[in-house]
Amino acid sequence: MTEVRQLFFEESFENLDMMESSLLDLEIGAVDKELINTIFRAAHSIKGGAGIFKFEHVINFAHTVETLLDELRNDQHIVTQHLIDLLLRGVDTLRALLKALQTGQEYNPEAVLVCQQEFTALLITPMSPPPEHAHPHPENTHAPVTAPEVIPVGWHIRFKPYPRLLQTGNDPINLFRALDALGELQICADSSQLPTFADLDFQNCYLSWDLLLTGAVEQTAITEIFEWVEGDCDLEMIPLDKESLAETRIVMDKALEASLAKLAKVPEKIISPAPSETPVNPKLSSIPIVNEVLEKPAHNEHLSSHINEASSIRVGIDKIDALINIVGELVITQSMLDQVGEDFNLARLEQLRSGLAQLERNTRELQESVMRIRMLPISYSFNRFPRLVHDLSTQLGKKVEIKLSGEQTELDKTVLEKMSDPLVHLVRNALDHGIEMPEQRRAAGKPETGILKLHAFHQGGNIMIQISDDGAGFNLERIQQKAIDKGLLHPDENPTVEQLYEFIFHPGFSTAQQVSDLSGRGVGMDVVRRNIRDLGGTIEIKSEIGKGSRFSIRLPLTLAILDGQLVRVGNRIYILSLLSIIESLRIQPNLLSVLAGKAEVYRVRDEYIPILRLYALFNIIPSTTQLEQGILVIVEGEGQKIGLFVDELLSQQQIVIKSLETNYKQIHGISGATILGDGSVALILDVAGLIRQFYSSNRVHTFSELSVGAMT
Amino acid sequence: MAYILISDDSVAMRQMLKAALLVEDHQVVEADDGLVALSLAKTHLFDLVITDVNMPMLDGLSLVRELRSLTDYQFKPILVLTTESDPDKKKLAKAAGATGWLVKPFDPDKLLAAVKKVLG
Repeated sequence: MTEVRQLFFEESFENLDMMESSLLDLEIGAVDKELINTIFRAAHSIKGGAGIFKFEHVINFAHTVETLLDELRNDQHIVTQHLIDLLLRGVDTLRALLKALQTGQEYNPEAVLVCQQEFTALLITPMSPPPEHAHPHPENTHAPVTAPEVIPVGWHIRFKPYPRLLQTGNDPINLFRALDALGELQICADSSQLPTFADLDFQNCYLSWDLLLTGAVEQTAITEIFEWVEGDCDLEMIPLDKESLAETRIVMDKALEASLAKLAKVPEKIISPAPSETPVNPKLSSIPIVNEVLEKPAHNEHLSSHINEASSIRVGIDKIDALINIVGELVITQSMLDQVGEDFNLARLEQLRSGLAQLERNTRELQESVMRIRMLPISYSFNRFPRLVHDLSTQLGKKVEIKLSGEQTELDKTVLEKMSDPLVHLVRNALDHGIEMPEQRRAAGKPETGILKLHAFHQGGNIMIQISDDGAGFNLERIQQKAIDKGLLHPDENPTVEQLYEFIFHPGFSTAQQVSDLSGRGVGMDVVRRNIRDLGGTIEIKSEIGKGSRFSIRLPLTLAILDGQLVRVGNRIYILSLLSIIESLRIQPNLLSVLAGKAEVYRVRDEYIPILRLYALFNIIPSTTQLEQGILVIVEGEGQKIGLFVDELLSQQQIVIKSLETNYKQIHGISGATILGDGSVALILDVAGLIRQFYSSNRVHTFSELSVGAMT
Repeated sequence: MAYILISDDSVAMRQMLKAALLVEDHQVVEADDGLVALSLAKTHLFDLVITDVNMPMLDGLSLVRELRSLTDYQFKPILVLTTESDPDKKKLAKAAGATGWLVKPFDPDKLLAAVKKVLG
């Protein structure tokens, strides 16, 4: 059931997304039946699914939403902005409710109630609690003592089906079996209407029955059994007391004898459904409140134990097919190699080689396909923005149109999840600070409606995400002034544009003149950049005053595999991400300087790069301590460069990253580990971490201090 | 054991139905739309069809009507799953030729009881 539960949540969230995007597509004033139907179906599915798990408040709320949609569908409302907004809020509330259930957290019942009341206020149909799933009161079904009506000791049921009854798929015998489960049942068939064989239409029902049910059975229980044949038969239910029961029994017995005598064989089968051979139906009178009370706490336990449920991923069937295909090829290659190995001689060397080459290709393809499973289209993240932009622009009184492109670009699931918040932040910023108020835009000769573009695409092994707006752009002067005010910049300094943009990422830096509800608190851009960097990505700003700005985020395709450069220090092998390496060179002693007898720097063109001797850091006996005998690998992390001194450069290869944290513990300067071809474990160096550690241990705070020192 | 076709566009709903029906050892075939269900029904003879009402391409009531026009399904039980409990909807289901209906949400027990009611 856990899986079904998980499935329900996934499906419901998808449905909510669909509702949301369809709601945003609705046009005010018009009633797009198709679209409303889609929304209705989604709400309906959520309600139906919620019932499986007895999420009463979800059912209840979804029912209210659904009722409004139904009215909309039946032309009882026109689409207004207010209606759309309310429905959108309904979607939010449902999402919150489901999220709370999924994570086992509390939800805010007042907020739900307030929202629900707003819905109810709009409804034309009076709202009764959603029927049927509101469990019947126990008094009605289970505590007959308190019921005002007297329960008879038996029932005489006259059941006269119309000829068409059989065509509904209902079979009287099944109804009788259900009745039999309620009490002792005596059946007497009336075959008087049976035509001669020649006139008999096998599609019709010609029999009718007199049934005697003995036992304290409520009328509702019987009605329920005949519920589906209502309108397809004449049904009479006569409650019996002790006397009339005895009388009826005698009458029925006689009738039975008579009809038995008349039709010796046919009815016999029907007459004797001995109670013992009929499987006893579980009581139809639904398992009510008692059960529910018992279940509730257990249900909660169930909830909490699944808070840490592994997240799942939906994979397109084509990806799975590709995988299966490759596995098939792998099997073929394996059997081919098997054959070669069976009686190997040198003449078959070529065959072995080609087999191995094929194996290599298969392995690579397999790897790629498996990686692709983790990839999700960025639309998962982009799709929430139309809604966000709709809400924010309404709130801010701005007119904004959002344009999405490249939504099908695929990203690693983890990257996608971690990018979610930064993207939201950037979009908010663009709306809040970037795009101007309609009047301002008109005054600047721009169309009133601003355009916000989200664009994703592949670029050289990376994913690029661009968020651009045609708004005011960054006011560099104001940034400079602010930086000076904050003491981050000396008034005499003449910073470059890049340096000024850099201030935007400074914690607590905001140029918004007024702190708004949305942004401008200056908490954020630094977090945005940190998140992106944690993913091994970068962010760049381009802006033109009055024309707009563009944030470009560059992200690695996947986190699980990296292109690595193997380096040797002593007898250890370490791995550097190829992306972090700027260049590797042999040291020329004349370009080397030593600062204060401690820090070594190396001049590369006009830059001074501090040197970190890896062997010293890791306490390894190296092949050489002479700088000119080893290799200097210049790497960059968080905008700073450092030269790593190693013994030797080895090969470059794709590295599957294994987390050190989950297998051992976190170590500064190491981002993970991998297993090399020979089975040995190699550590992957975290360049940014090494640089941070280097500067803190050398008490040299900034790179500029170093280079200034070196030049003097 | 019966051979049962379930038609619902919600995966969760189908899973739930299937899980419940498997308890009684029924053999279950799934369809995610009425259109799929109809084509399956034409090639396989099911003992029972359980269908949702709201489905994207062919809705449940149309499916029932289509099935009833097939000789093989003239007398077969067909149950309709509905979330609306108002009598009109039930009448519509009946008019389309459904054997009975189940109002969502329901317990697995209720489903099994209903299945038993039509299959015996």
